[in-house]
Amino acid sequence: MNTKTIYQPNTGLTDRDFTYCPGCTHGIIHKLIGEVLVEKGLIDQAIGVASVGCSVLSYEFFNCDMQQAAHGRAPAVATGIKRVRPESAVFTYQGDGDLASIGLAEVVHAAHRGENMTVIFVNNAIYGMTGGQMAPTTLIDQKTTTSPIGRKKVGAGEPIRVSEMLAAVPGATYLERVSVHDPKHIRKAKKAIEKAFDVQMSKQGFSMIEFISTCPINWGMNPNDSLNWAVENMIPYYPLGVYKDATKEGGDE
Amino acid sequence: MAKVLMKGNEAMALAAIKGGCDAFFGYPITPQNELPEYLSYHMEQYGRVFVQAESEVAAINMVYGAAGSGARVLTSSSSPGIALKQEGISYMVGSELPGVIINVMRGGPGLGGIQPSQADYNQITRTGGNGDMKVLSFAPENLQETVNIVKESFALADYYRNPVMIAVDGLLGQMMEPVDMDQPVETREVPPKDWAATGEAAKRGKRNTIVSLHLDPYKLEEHNLNLQAKYTKMIENEQRYELINMDSEPEIVLVAYGSMARIARSAIDALKDEGIEVGMIRPISLFPYPQKAFDALSEKTKTLLTLEMSLGQMLQDVRLASNGKHRIEFFGRTGGVVPETDEIVSKVKAIMKEAV
Ligand SMILES: Cc1ncc(C[n+]2csc(CCOP(=O)(O)OP(=O)(O)O)c2C)c(N)n1
Ligand code: SF4
Repeated sequence: MNTKTIYQPNTGLTDRDFTYCPGCTHGIIHKLIGEVLVEKGLIDQAIGVASVGCSVLSYEFFNCDMQQAAHGRAPAVATGIKRVRPESAVFTYQGDGDLASIGLAEVVHAAHRGENMTVIFVNNAIYGMTGGQMAPTTLIDQKTTTSPIGRKKVGAGEPIRVSEMLAAVPGATYLERVSVHDPKHIRKAKKAIEKAFDVQMSKQGFSMIEFISTCPINWGMNPNDSLNWAVENMIPYYPLGVYKDATKEGGDE
Repeated sequence: MAKVLMKGNEAMALAAIKGGCDAFFGYPITPQNELPEYLSYHMEQYGRVFVQAESEVAAINMVYGAAGSGARVLTSSSSPGIALKQEGISYMVGSELPGVIINVMRGGPGLGGIQPSQADYNQITRTGGNGDMKVLSFAPENLQETVNIVKESFALADYYRNPVMIAVDGLLGQMMEPVDMDQPVETREVPPKDWAATGEAAKRGKRNTIVSLHLDPYKLEEHNLNLQAKYTKMIENEQRYELINMDSEPEIVLVAYGSMARIARSAIDALKDEGIEVGMIRPISLFPYPQKAFDALSEKTKTLLTLEMSLGQMLQDVRLASNGKHRIEFFGRTGGVVPETDEIVSKVKAIMKEAV
């Protein structure tokens, strides 16, 4: 009898059940990272840094050595790890409150120093874990628990575009913004993660993949509407694409 | 080995290298700058890691990361920078990570000043971090003692899987003194770091996680009880102090540490010249506080005079250690003012006058 393997359990993730809400795209992003680490043979040399946010328990999900960092500090923690373990595959997994607000200095300076690491940045335009407060990435007029009539430019400013900002940092090597709202984009997102780890393992420096992600619970929508909302509202403000490719192949610099 | 003349901050840097420090992460602040400056050049020569971080916050989190992956790590700073590091230190305690923190203290609060001070006593012993946490801490008096403690501290941190803080003031950091960099120091049997997240899950046969999060309150309580057991072990084994001029069982005993103890020594000598005998307890460990020294005091000792370059911080520990058995007196200068020997001599004489 001929058997053909069409799907295998993802050994890049542990057996632990996800703690994410139904329809939340954190889960898809986890799956892609786990797959890439296994397929590239990096899972046994990987050290992940979990941040503070809904993904805080990601140290229970990724099937490799993990360290949990204080709010916003993951790129600094990863710097410490990578400098003493240069052969390992080091990545951080951070939300937009974690990375774009409290931890902005750490990610900018890790990029600036050209730290040879990969940052996974999950942008869902809101603080998920603490119950839906405004994030630096919250869109204009988007309602959150701390912007109940919608975010206004005056007082709250316009949403921060992190990939565009880091593109201006000389030390950054590879920056791409992706989305996981449909299979085509999911495949593309996986390629981006692969590229980021290739950059790191060939010692070419700092890489960050920004994901447009959803938060059905705090957006107050069902999972499907959330995906549509992300496509209709987030992607126009946060366009997908490669923001910097200073690799040997890319040659931005 | 022969003694060499070195500046305090540089001697501590070299001592760290000799103590097996694999990596240093820090941010500039006076009066400790010569320490990272020295390491920026010399760590590389030894094939070790030096990173000037973007802030103290980042520096301590780099320490946290490097320690989590099994390295022997150092950071140094001064009072306001230590305040910024407290969150990271709390994470290290919570995750049971070793690491060495050198604090070359200056005056506060706020930006304060850059002159020598001991006003971080509470920040060190009570800690500015959240949670039931303790940091093993030492406050040496001269460069030789400082160098030896720095060298020893990496193994000590590994042994307890807890941060160690070495607190000196700007005086010790800036002064030059002859030191023997190669005096043997106590070593500890440290088991292999099989807990570290080294990125070798397959080789090890299991994956390691470094976390301080325990969402179940009973688990978190249990974790805290384990930490307490460790602190108790420190209290039993790590109390360090020196007794000075105590043979005559003096009625007045000074209590002073670090640079203040140096000045107090001169006061003891000056008083001796006038036929007045006072002794001194010199705490070397701040946590654990050297209770044993106070328990062993003679019945004849009636008064403890606490001396600080701060305004009554260690005083609280002296009261606790005495437990009501002595009259407690205090003299302190602060803000970076270094007291004169005469001021201590006068204070002792004033106490003697009142006692009559
Ligand atoms: C120092 C500190 N400040 C605040 C918090 C509370 N806190 C926990 S998660 C979080 C926001 C996380 O939001 P984000 O990074 O967007 O991730 P998400 O939960 O949306 O995935 C905050 C503010 C904390 N744990 N530590
Ligand atoms: S709160 Fe939002 S981001 Fe967090 S798990 Fe739920 S849906 Fe996902």
